[in-house]
Parts: sequence; structure tokens; C-alpha cells
Amino acid sequence: MQCWHFTEMPYPHLPDLENIDSIRVSLPNKYYDPKIGADLYERYLDEHMLADQLGLNIMLNEHHQTATCTDVAAPLAGSILARQTKNARICILGNPMANRADPVRVAEEMAMIDVISRGRLDCGFVRGVPYETFAANSNPTRTLERLWEGIDLCVKAWTSHEEPFNFEGQFWHKRQVNIWPRPYQQPHPPVWITGSSDKENIKEVARRGFTFAMFLQPHEKVKDMFDAYRSATIYKDPEEANRHIAYMPLVAVADSESEADALAEKISWYLHAKTAPQFRNPPGYVPVAFNVQALKGKYTGRTDAVRTRGLEYLKEQGVLISGTPDSVFEQIKRFHGLVGGFGQLLMMMQAGFSTHEETVKNLTLFANEVHPRIKEEFGTQVAAAQ
Amino acid sequence: MADNKGRSESVKSFDMDIEVTRYGKGAPLVLFYDEEALTLESPILGQLAAGHEVIAVSPPGFGTSERPSWIDCIDDCSYICLDVLNGLGIKDATVLGFGVGGWLAAEMAVKTTQHMSRLVLVDPFGIKIGGPTDRDVQDIWFLPPEKVHELKYADPEKNKIDYTVMEEDKLTIIARNRESYARFCWQPYMYNPKLKGRLHRIDVPTMVVWGDKDGIITPDYGKAFAAEIPGAQFEVIKDAGHFPHLEQPEAFMKLVDKFAGAAKSAT
Repeated sequence: MQCWHFTEMPYPHLPDLENIDSIRVSLPNKYYDPKIGADLYERYLDEHMLADQLGLNIMLNEHHQTATCTDVAAPLAGSILARQTKNARICILGNPMANRADPVRVAEEMAMIDVISRGRLDCGFVRGVPYETFAANSNPTRTLERLWEGIDLCVKAWTSHEEPFNFEGQFWHKRQVNIWPRPYQQPHPPVWITGSSDKENIKEVARRGFTFAMFLQPHEKVKDMFDAYRSATIYKDPEEANRHIAYMPLVAVADSESEADALAEKISWYLHAKTAPQFRNPPGYVPVAFNVQALKGKYTGRTDAVRTRGLEYLKEQGVLISGTPDSVFEQIKRFHGLVGGFGQLLMMMQAGFSTHEETVKNLTLFANEVHPRIKEEFGTQVAAAQ
Repeated sequence: MADNKGRSESVKSFDMDIEVTRYGKGAPLVLFYDEEALTLESPILGQLAAGHEVIAVSPPGFGTSERPSWIDCIDDCSYICLDVLNGLGIKDATVLGFGVGGWLAAEMAVKTTQHMSRLVLVDPFGIKIGGPTDRDVQDIWFLPPEKVHELKYADPEKNKIDYTVMEEDKLTIIARNRESYARFCWQPYMYNPKLKGRLHRIDVPTMVVWGDKDGIITPDYGKAFAAEIPGAQFEVIKDAGHFPHLEQPEAFMKLVDKFAGAAKSAT
């Protein structure tokens, strides 16, 4: 099992939330102090470098117009870390392809990071969460189609080496594609794709041999989706199939349960980020049947229970893994069993007001006390090339 | 809400089935309903159908009409709806369009007016009036739904809609209508950059009607819209929002009847 450290690089120093409708999309940036922001970037990048030194991998993402995530261009953070880290694999999860203007530009950026890091890039593509459609002004009814067409164009750009090629799709037209540099890894960096409920889409991920990742969902739902992936996988060895499956919980490791709970409470800030309801479900982002439920008042977005229930529920469901190193290892083992296995553990180990010192301790305890046992229990084999 | 019983049929246009529903008998009145399809359930439909055959065409993706993936804007819909009018052999019709339906009717009329003798556009979207930082149309998908409701009506309280009591079939149509609305109108937001330069082609008597309290698109926008159509008359209905025919049906019918009479005597 491979383990990855992740933070959204939040800016939590906000005015009283009572007076704010939403900390996503519409929060005025007068509340952002660039001096504090500079300190935050420095510490978040330092924490990623520490993860590298401790033998963990690094995961990055991006969001826009939100205090929850000030990494607005994962390729920028990725390029800094490609140069400043030594061993960690760097997973960008992901490039919001449905919202990017030009997939060929994405292919170039990813190839450059892959070359600078000498082949340490894992390249994720995401459809983008609902609120991203406002920042990108991306038509919410077409994001899935754009995602797949963008991936097709990007992979074709990575893997065409003899002469410029032509691409005339529904959303992008290019007549002479011929990227320089090409990726370090052959045939291309491992591709990851996220999902949460659309099984047909997950099966498409599986049929292409890509890695499937799921974030912060209750274990029964996770198993259901992982099973959908396994049902369509191209990997004959079930262990190999599972190496292409990733899950992200919040992770808090501490010396005592009470200390871990306090840290978990801080990290779960992310789940309670205030977002105006209309940003969570723009028209046509989810299928008609879901929106029928929304009209009945029975559906308000994709992660209701996770957003509204307490720590105990989150822990029971595996959305949160927290405690002493012993307990954390046991929780990971339990979750692994409940969902039928997986090979990539993505860990949100920092969020909200959790401090640099707390994050350093979280990372260090995990790396020294939990990681060795994970390696022993689940092995260290990396996923096969796609 | 009125119980308007119509006679529905499915009309083939190119590669899709389009829903057409007829009400009443008489001279043809082709109706392109509003983005929320509220017109179909309002008493105004009965009033229009007294003395006319109202022919309501559901554009692709609305009602039970199909929506192939290549259809992605109101301009695309206009070709399909023209095919439908051809197929039905419509001639000399009064064409009425409300909101997005008004935009659709205008897109059709700039291509040909062979099916219509006169055109009525009620609070239509469709063109860009201001500069890049002007919001000609309030952002209905960004603002809180309660705020959007307030902007839509002169009397928001009286016009509240309770979706929770509606049948599943009806909610499915509503949810799909909303999806199609976003697919066609998300970007450019509520307009076709080409339409403004084409409105001069409309060569039938045209009336543009606006609710004075339309907070989604203001009467100033309406005035500018009407000014692009040769000879178009512009009328404002008092104490009405984005759906003046629903909030002030009598004033609306008076305008339509007067316009029909005037247009007739002019021809």
C-alpha cells in the first residue's frame, strides 16, 4: 500500500461564519491577507517536503474562488515540489479537465513536471466538484463529456511521438499537436480519476486501466463503488486491481485518543466548510432522478451525511481515521477489510486550523509508527504501469 | 393553477420526436412557453384558446421532446421548431413566446417568417445589450433561489410554488426542463451573440411586452430588444414581473387582442 499526504492548503482565518453565506465561490477576497497567505504557502510546502523526507508520497489538488483551498493551480505546487523533493511520488488529483481551457496545455505541464521529477508524477483528472462550474463558467450539464474528451486528447498528446496529429472533437479542435517535452514515464504517467456515485463512469475508468480514487465517503458506499471498479478491471490479478484503487479519509495520529480527537475535530473543519446550497447543485450537474429528489427536498448535494454528522459517525464510517498509532493501524486494516481492499491511502492530514506543529507530529507519528506496519501488512509493491 | 387539457402528439423533426400540444379551435396561435413551463398551467392558456387553436411546441429537451447531444443552444432549437411548423403546415399564425420561448421565437423569425403573420415576445432573453461587466440578466443560477423568486415576480408571496407536493412524473419533466435550460443558456449566459445583428430581418408586425417589475431582465433591456426589430411596438404591463401574462392576465390579453386587431387591419 502506498501512503500519500494531502492538504488543500486552506486559508482558515475568516471573519465570523455567522455573517457569511458561503466560504466558497462568493466570499470576497478582501478577507485574504497575502502576508498570512505567504506564510501558509511556505508551511504547507514545508509539510509536503517533510512527507518526502519521511518516506511518504504527496498528493495535490486545486480549487478556485474558495478559502478551503488556496492551491489554485496544482501544476504550480507540483512543479515546486518536483524540484524540491527527492523520492516522493507526486500525485496531482487532479487536473480539472472539464474546466481547463486546453487539454494540450495540461499535457505539456504534466510532461514537464514528470521530466523535472524524473518520473515521479501521478496524473489525476477530475470532473470538478459542483461549485467549480461557477469559477470556470463551465456548463454543468456537460462536464463528464468534457472530462473524457480532454483525457483522450491529453493521453494522445503524451503518446504520439512520430509526427503532429489532428484532433477534432466535440469540445476541442487542434490541427498539429506535437508536445515538447514528452513525459519521462512510458507510455505516460499513471492516470487517476475520481468518482463518487456514477458506476458506469467508474467502470470506464476500470476498462482503461486507470486508477480510481474516492474521497471521504461512508464505507458501504465506498465498497459499492470499489466493487464496480473491480467488476470491470482489466487487471487479472485481484491484488493488482486493488493497487489501482485509492481511498481518502481524514487522518489524525497522536499520542493519545483525546489528543487525536482534538486534532480530528480541527481537520474536520473541511467537512463543515459553509457553502451556499445553490453552489452545491448547479442545474444538470447530477442526473434528472437526483434533481427530482432535490425538488422534493430530499437531496441537497452529494455529501449530506458526511457534512452534518459528528466525529463518531465519521470514524465508524471510515471517513475519519484517528487515534494513537496502534488504533490508526487497526482502523485502516478494518476499513481495508470492509471495502474489499485498496492499494492507495490518500490522507488528508491537515485542514482548517491544525497548526504546523500538529501537522509535523501527525506526519511523523504516522511515518514512524504506522507506515512500517502498513508496509508489513499490505506490502510495498507499486501499481503496474497502465 | 389551471387544468388545461390539451391534445398531445409527437411530431418527427429530423432525428428527434418533438411534443406538440393543441388547445381550443380557430386560427392558429403557436406558443413557445416560458423556461419553467408555467404558461401551460395557467388560466391564460384557456383565454388564448378561446377563439384560437393554440399549438404549444416543446423545444428539444423540454416536456417530452427529445434532446440529442448535438443540440446545445437556442439557435439549434429554432431549426428544429421551424421543421415542426413546416411539418404541421402552419401558415399565418400568431406566434407567442415567453422568456426563453420568446428568445426561441425570435431566433425562428430571423430565419423565416413564412409561418407567421405576427409575433409577440414577452420578456424574452437572447441578446447582449451592455458592456462586458454589465449584468443584463441577473445570474439566476448563482443567486439564492429565494432571491431569484423575488426578482421574478411583482408579488412573490402570491406566486410561491410548492414542488414537494407534485407527482414524480411532473417533477421529472421540471428537472429535465431545468437541465435543458442550463445546457442551452449557461454560456454565453442567456444570449446568442449573433442574434442582435439578425433581428432586423424580422418582417412581420411584432410586439414586445414587458413586466415593469421584471427583476431578472429589466424593461430597459426590453426597450433595447424591441428597438432592434423594425417597427416593433414595446408595451409595459404594470405590477408584473418576468411573467406578466401570469401576474396580469387581463392587461396582457387586452394588449394581445388590440395587437391582433391592429395587425389585421394593417394587412
